[in-house]
Amino acid sequence: MAEVSNLIIDQCVAQGVPFAREYGGLLANRSFGGAQVSRTFYARGQTGQQLLLGAYAALNRQIAAGTVKSYSRHEILDIVLVDGKARGVIARNLVTGELERHGAHAVVMATGGYGNVFFLSTNAMNSNGSVAWQAYKKGAAFANPCFTQIHPTCIPVHGTQQSKLTLMSESLRNDGRIWVPKHKSDVEALRAGIKQPSDIAEEDRDYYLERRYPAFGNLVPRDVASRAAKERCDAGYGVNDTGLAVYLDFKTAINRLGVNVIRERYGNLFQMYEKITAVNPYEQPMQIYPAVHYTMGGTWVDYNLMTTIPGLYALGEANFSDHGANRLGASALMQGLADGYFVLPYTIGDYLSKEIQSPKVNTNTPEFEEAENAIREKIAKLYAIKGNQTPDELHKKLGCGIMWEKVGMARTKESLEQAIVEIQALRKEFWSDLKLAGTPDELNPELEKALRLADFLELGELMARDALNRNESCGGHFREEYQTPEGEALRDDENYAYVAVWEYQGEDKEPVLYKEPLTFETIHLQQRNYKD
Amino acid sequence: MDLTLKIWRQANAQAKGKFETYVVKNVSTESSFLEMLDILNNQLIHEGIDPVAFDHDCREGICGACSLRINGHAHGPESEVTTCQLHMRNFKDGDTIVIEPWRSRAFPVIKDLVVDRTAYESILQAGGFVSVGTGGVPDANAIPIAKDDAEESMDAAACIGCGACAATCKNGSAMLFVAARVSSLAKLPQGQVEAARRAKAMVAKMDELGFGNCTNTGACQAECPKGITISHIARLNREYLKAKFRS
Repeated sequence: MAEVSNLIIDQCVAQGVPFAREYGGLLANRSFGGAQVSRTFYARGQTGQQLLLGAYAALNRQIAAGTVKSYSRHEILDIVLVDGKARGVIARNLVTGELERHGAHAVVMATGGYGNVFFLSTNAMNSNGSVAWQAYKKGAAFANPCFTQIHPTCIPVHGTQQSKLTLMSESLRNDGRIWVPKHKSDVEALRAGIKQPSDIAEEDRDYYLERRYPAFGNLVPRDVASRAAKERCDAGYGVNDTGLAVYLDFKTAINRLGVNVIRERYGNLFQMYEKITAVNPYEQPMQIYPAVHYTMGGTWVDYNLMTTIPGLYALGEANFSDHGANRLGASALMQGLADGYFVLPYTIGDYLSKEIQSPKVNTNTPEFEEAENAIREKIAKLYAIKGNQTPDELHKKLGCGIMWEKVGMARTKESLEQAIVEIQALRKEFWSDLKLAGTPDELNPELEKALRLADFLELGELMARDALNRNESCGGHFREEYQTPEGEALRDDENYAYVAVWEYQGEDKEPVLYKEPLTFETIHLQQRNYKD
Repeated sequence: MDLTLKIWRQANAQAKGKFETYVVKNVSTESSFLEMLDILNNQLIHEGIDPVAFDHDCREGICGACSLRINGHAHGPESEVTTCQLHMRNFKDGDTIVIEPWRSRAFPVIKDLVVDRTAYESILQAGGFVSVGTGGVPDANAIPIAKDDAEESMDAAACIGCGACAATCKNGSAMLFVAARVSSLAKLPQGQVEAARRAKAMVAKMDELGFGNCTNTGACQAECPKGITISHIARLNREYLKAKFRS
C-alpha cells in the first residue's frame, strides 16, 4: 500500500481532482494526527469527498462505455455460494422491493465499516455491516471485530433526539489547540453561561495534550486524543451542560496567521460548525467530543484481498487488513483507493484465470432459490412479530445503551461480560417486540433499518467477545485493567501479538477463534511514545 | 417546540399525491430538521400511519442525498446549508412548516419526498470526466497548476449534485449543476483536449432529459447549499460557444 500510495495522488490529479497547490503550482501538503511531518495532500476540508468524486467520474466513464452496469437504490442481502465458491448475490430493489438474483464469477465487497452498530457515529446513515455479516455467516472469517476507532474531533451530542454525529475534519488539529479550564469554578461558570470561553485567561487553561505529550501536542494519534478528552471530562472538566465536551481553539493560530489564512484553510468547516451549533468559531472556540468513526476490524482477507470464501473479495474499510488496531489520519482514503485502483485489478485475475472455462453463472439453481427464499422468510418473520418498538428505538438501546457504554472507548472484563448478556436479551426483545411499518413491496426505509439492525444485534456480540478475549490495551481497544501508571495503553505483545480471526459455527453457538501471529522483521514492537 | 407540518404524501410514482397535516411535539431547538422528521416518523409508526419517506445519508452536508423544499425554499430558509444541516432553532414554536419534494419534470417523485435524480447521473456519464484509465498516468507535479486556478476549480467541485438548482429554477434548468462540473474541469490542465466534446455532450444530454433553459434569473445561486455562483454558468457558456465555433 505504501508503495502505491504516490500513484494514487497521480491518478487522482489525472482524473481532475483539484488538490490544494502552492503558489509555485506544485501540490501542497499538511500534517495530520500521529504525524510530525506534513505529508498529507488535501482539497480544503473535503479531501475524501473530492477523491470520491474523482473515482465516481472514472466509474461514470465506464458506465457510459458500457463496461459497468450500475444499480442505484439496490441493497445486497445475501451472498450466494455454489460448490463453496462465491457465485453471486441476492439484492433487493429498494424502490419496488423486488428481490433480484445476480450471478458472477467473483464477488467483491466494498461495503464499508460497521460503526453504525453504535447508533450514533460519524458514518452515513445507510452504512451498515450486513453484507460482511452475511459473508461471515456463510463462512468468511471475521478479524479483529473489537478494533473501533473513536475520532476525537466531533461535534458533541446535543441530546436524546440526536440521530447522527458530525465529524469536524482532523485537519483542524493542525492549527487548533485543545483545552479545558484548569479550575472547576471556571467549568461551572461556563456551564451556567456566566463566562464565555474567551473570558478564561491563558494561565487558567489546561492545554492537556500539549501538557501530556510535548512532542506531538495536539497532533497525537486519534485514540490518544480521544482518551485524553474522556479523561478530562470524566474528571469533571467537560465544558458544556452534558459535561461531555472540550474546546478546540483557533485563537493562537488566528493571531499568528491572520483570519484570512484560517478562513482559506478551514472556511467550509467553520461555516458548517456555525450552522450546526450557532457559535462562530472565529470568535469562540469550537466544542468537540470523541465519536465512533471507523472500524479497523472487518472481513479477514489474504494478501490478494480474498476472504476465506474462494471468489469473495473484501476491499477498503470492509476488510481488516491495513490499519492494525489504530488507523492514522488520511489512511482510509489511501487504503480504499489503493485496494480498488492498484491491488484488486492485479490479484483478481489470478482467480479469474482459473475460471476462464466456467460458463455464465446460471441463477436458476437450487442455491440461488434457497438464498432468495431465506430472505423472503426473514422478511415475513419480521412482519409477523407485530410488536411495539420501532427499529430506531431498539437500535438506540443497542448502540447508546450497550455498545457505547460497555464496548466503547474504555472497556472492562465486567462491562464486556454484561454487554454479551444484554445483547443476547435485546436480540430476543427485537425478535419478539419489533414494530415494522409499511410492506415489503415498496420503498420502505423501516424494513431496511430492521434488516440491518438484526445483523448489528449479532455483530455487536462478536465485538464484545473479541474485546473480552484481548486482555491488553491496544490502539482503539482500551481495557481499563491494562494501562500504565500514566494511564497509557498497555499492550501484551507476548500473548496478544496476533490477529483474532473468528469463524461462525451456527446460530447461538460460540464462534471459534483462530490466531494469525504477527511477525515484525525490520521494525520491532515497542511502547508508543508521543512525549519526546 | 411544537410544530404543524404540511407534508406532501404520494404512495408511489403513479399515485396522485396530496398534502397531509401532522403535529409534532417536544422538538428540541438543537435538533436538525431531519431529526425532527425522525421524531415525526416514530410517532406516525406508533399511530399506525405509514412514515414519511425522505432521502438522507451522510447528514453532514456532503453526500447530496437530502432534498427537501421547505416553506418554498430548497433546503429551507437558511443560506448555504443542506436540509440535514438546517437546525430547528431557525423556526419558532407553533410554526407551520410546508415540506415538499423537489419539483422538477426531470426529477419524478418515487415516494412522498423522495425523487429520482438519475438524470444528473446521466448528464455526468455524458462527459463529466477526464478520459483517463487507471495506472500509467503522469506524475501529479509534472504540470504545475496556478494556485488561483486550483482554488477556482475547487469552488466548482464543491457541488454535491443535490438538485436544488434545477428544483428551484423556474425553467427547471440544470445549468448550475452542469456548469459546476464543466467549470471545475475547465480550470485544470487535465482533460483540456476533450473540453469541447465535454461541454457539448453534457449540454445536449441536459436538454434531452427534459431540463429547461437558463434565463439568468440567479435563483439557483441563491438556493445552492454549497454557494456555487452563476459565474460558473458564464464559464460554461464560454466553453460551449468555443466548442461550437471550433466544430
